[in-house]
Amino acid sequence: MSLPKPAMRGLLAKRLRFHLPIAFGLSIIAAVAFKFTVTEPRKQAYADFYKHYDSMKEFSAMREAGVFESVRPTGK
Amino acid sequence: MRPANTCWHCFQMLASRALVRGLQSGFWRRVSTSSAAWAAHTHDVDVIDCSVPQYNNRLDTPLPDVPFVRNLSAEQKKLKEKEKGSWTQLTKEEKLALYRLTHELSYAEMRQGSKEWMTVLGGVFIFLGFTGLLVWWQRVYVYGDVPHTLSQESVAQQTQRMIDMRVNPVHGFSNKWDYEKKQWK
Repeated sequence: MSLPKPAMRGLLAKRLRFHLPIAFGLSIIAAVAFKFTVTEPRKQAYADFYKHYDSMKEFSAMREAGVFESVRPTGK
Repeated sequence: MRPANTCWHCFQMLASRALVRGLQSGFWRRVSTSSAAWAAHTHDVDVIDCSVPQYNNRLDTPLPDVPFVRNLSAEQKKLKEKEKGSWTQLTKEEKLALYRLTHELSYAEMRQGSKEWMTVLGGVFIFLGFTGLLVWWQRVYVYGDVPHTLSQESVAQQTQRMIDMRVNPVHGFSNKWDYEKKQWK
């Protein structure tokens, strides 16, 4: 029985030629997906929060609640 | 299983001589067993000579160092003689017999696997469960009281303070609190 001679060389190269583009592609897709589902919304949330943020109002509220040690609540 | 290529009688004689000398030394006279019983005991000991090549069943070595059957019977020797001729003369049973002379397990038998994993997993779970019982007993009878800061009242005070401090106001804790209506969103 005469079988065809099997591939003796270039086995790793063949495997890499197939798998490397897939690996790089999937990694890039994962990075892009993360950027647009996590980091961009997060940046937007912070931007929205600080757009109308009144720091003095928040400070007074926190002071009245009594969480600071450097300034006591007004009154008393 | 006695090794085929050692002189068993010489070994037995040496063993009994050593035993006699031991008996004559006196100390172990009452404790030592009779030589026949001792020889019978060594009969059961399976000593593998690791200084000579051994047979192995491995997927990555198709041709082990030694054939599986070393001591051929007369008809097995005849079969080996027939093997020296043309292989087309051999019947299927003879080819299989020759294979079984040189190999213990076929590749299919080596790859077979067993149901041992169920036993192992079962044993693991049994002991994990038993450990759980021990841990529970420990929790009830060994551990002391939990700190007072874990009481309902203390936790309520801590939560209120976190809300006052505006902990994580963008995404997290304070984000979920409605400061106008003074309740959770």
